[in-house]
Amino acid sequence: MEKILLRNIENPRSADIKEYIKNGGYKDLLLALKMQPGEIIEEVKRSGLRGRGGSGFPTGLKWEVALRDPKSPKYLICNADEGEPGTFKDRLIMEKNPHLLIEGMIIAGYAIKAEYGYIYLRGEYPYVKKILSRTIKEAYDKGYLGEDIMGRGVKFHIKLYQGAGAYICGEETALIESIEGKRGQPRIKPPFPASTGVWGMPSVVNNVETLSNIPYIIEIGATAYLKIGTPECPGPKLYCVSGHVKRPGVYELPMGTTLREIIYTHAGGVRDGKRLKAVIPGGISTPILPPQNIDCTMDFVNMPRYGSALGSGAIIVMDETVCLLKVCERALRFFAHESCGKCTPCRIGTKRMLETIQRILRGAERDEDIESLLELGSVMDAASFCPLGQTAPNLVISTINHFREEFESHIKEGRCPS
Amino acid sequence: MVKLRIDGIDIEALEGMAILEAARLKGIDIPALCYHPKLSPYGGCRLCIVEIKGMPRPVTACTTTVSEGMEVRTTSPYIERLRKTNLDLLLSDHPYDCMVCQKAGECDLQDLAYQYGIREPRFKGERRIYTKRDGNPFIERDMEKCILCGKCVRICDEVQGVSAIDFAYRGLKTKVCPPFERDLDCEFCGQCVMVCPTGSLVGKNWIGKGRARNVGEVNTTCPYCGVGCSLTLHIKDNKIIRVSSKEDSVVNEGMLCAKGRFGYDFVASPDRLKTPLIKRNGRFEPVSWDEALDYISKRLKEIKEKYGPDAIGGLSSARCTNEENYLFQKFMRAAVGTNNIDHCARH
Repeated sequence: MEKILLRNIENPRSADIKEYIKNGGYKDLLLALKMQPGEIIEEVKRSGLRGRGGSGFPTGLKWEVALRDPKSPKYLICNADEGEPGTFKDRLIMEKNPHLLIEGMIIAGYAIKAEYGYIYLRGEYPYVKKILSRTIKEAYDKGYLGEDIMGRGVKFHIKLYQGAGAYICGEETALIESIEGKRGQPRIKPPFPASTGVWGMPSVVNNVETLSNIPYIIEIGATAYLKIGTPECPGPKLYCVSGHVKRPGVYELPMGTTLREIIYTHAGGVRDGKRLKAVIPGGISTPILPPQNIDCTMDFVNMPRYGSALGSGAIIVMDETVCLLKVCERALRFFAHESCGKCTPCRIGTKRMLETIQRILRGAERDEDIESLLELGSVMDAASFCPLGQTAPNLVISTINHFREEFESHIKEGRCPS
Repeated sequence: MVKLRIDGIDIEALEGMAILEAARLKGIDIPALCYHPKLSPYGGCRLCIVEIKGMPRPVTACTTTVSEGMEVRTTSPYIERLRKTNLDLLLSDHPYDCMVCQKAGECDLQDLAYQYGIREPRFKGERRIYTKRDGNPFIERDMEKCILCGKCVRICDEVQGVSAIDFAYRGLKTKVCPPFERDLDCEFCGQCVMVCPTGSLVGKNWIGKGRARNVGEVNTTCPYCGVGCSLTLHIKDNKIIRVSSKEDSVVNEGMLCAKGRFGYDFVASPDRLKTPLIKRNGRFEPVSWDEALDYISKRLKEIKEKYGPDAIGGLSSARCTNEENYLFQKFMRAAVGTNNIDHCARH
């Protein structure tokens, strides 16, 4: 497949605006500025683009809600708080192809009639902040940002805002709270950000990868774009492969590529001649898959049929030497640390799940521990305030479902079978 | 008006009303620890989860507004199981010291534990341990008992407009505290104490003075100023052991200030003046009101005659009502004949 999001990244100077323009950059912006906002939204809707942050919401629909809302000013927010463990795709775009993101943002801003955009950058990416600051300055200097973009009478400004290092701020309403200078905690939905977002105004929150798809959709049109990927989930997707593979990294492939193809054809298969034990397909908040399920097609629609989710496309591959209880323990330590503390099931549930797994690992387990984990998981899933708490138990519950004997071996024999 | 069904009962509710409020109108009780009618919805405790027909997962009744034709179930074996485990989690991070807790008998958390029959939590684990050190004179803050419902934070910000406290840290370590975890140093209105569902926040001078048993209540009006807030005095052995205010009181809706809520020890003070005093031979002597008023009247007349009315000045008090203050200035102007009249609240 032709590279779209990662175009020209082998060039060491790919982040430079001159290189970007030389490779056809900002041409799509001019095309877009000659269209009406409604036309752009129609094109994005027709392209079938779904949000790449993890939930897969149709992007054009979100834009339309914001555009139609009578309130103004409207805001465009780029969610660059890439926090899902195992995910490192947005970072690559921002490091190597930052002008693609800026171009996508300007088009999106124009389409929803927003004159201001924020980039909410992950706190742990200080070096990306330097790159983006330079990128934004370059775009201002060349007249792609500012009061009169490319002489078309369109105004758009971008403000870079860096988080302080909280996973929860990747959740769009907590992100908005954070931009407003408040504690990063999710808001009650509805109202959704598209109608009541930052400063109470209509705000579109889109992931870095989502926005980076926009120039290409404008360039080739929705009809051609629909030919990439699957009919339900078109377009290219960045898959982040990490763990026990020969060639870990970010792979740009059509949406709907099978997990098997990604692991074995692109990432070179399991390293050191070991057997594949399990795969986390979409970041640690998505359910784990056993080897017999890796023929699943990696997209938003099909993954639930295999008992998991596409999530952010963060594929973590584990070979036979891995103790899955230790994996669960590490993931829960993360969730317990990152829970914002607002709601009971997440605040205390993550901690109790973690303690239960630690107890099993210490050998001080109790027979009812598996049942306790299942009960905690079901309550967190059903009753937590936001997706953090709702999805935190996914890994543990799916591991119990697929690898129950590993838990039982730990409990009954006090040892790990792997 | 919106028509909906809650537990099979047809209900008409105002548009924009939360399911919880609509249910309570009809006497359907949904357990909730972070809901308060005066405060913005929060959705933190997750106890008020209900099922709505056609919705894939339970929703909280305090944050979900009613809509036409909605069918709500506030209780089912599934919902009760979720609630019980959720409550269990809250209790697993709570000191089991109801025996000595000031709030026992009036504690929402204790009531729910009683209702759900949780003698000890199933999911035991690490509990927050905090050193108590709060140098303020009025409010005892035991953050180990805090269930993080956030009502104190919201009432301080949204109603009192002070914002003295907020959440700090995150996860299990989340804690309500003043900036930089310093001692509480606010106006001590005690609205936070009023809304606290557990024993986290209680009046310092209530502690150990008596439980709900054998405590009488006397409703009265606060003597401190002209606003006239309703007070409820909690009386044991003819002594005031606490002051509160009922949330349905007309003037102040349960809100009080530091004086009304915590400044009641003057009532039983040995230094309290109960009769007028007249200074004779350099010493104050208690006299009757008749004698005192006769003396005032006689002396005012003498002074006015000898030095003129402008030799007399009147200073009134914020503790008097508007009507009393009006009468006092009328008295000074019409009876005494001077404009020398002032009021303590002007300074």
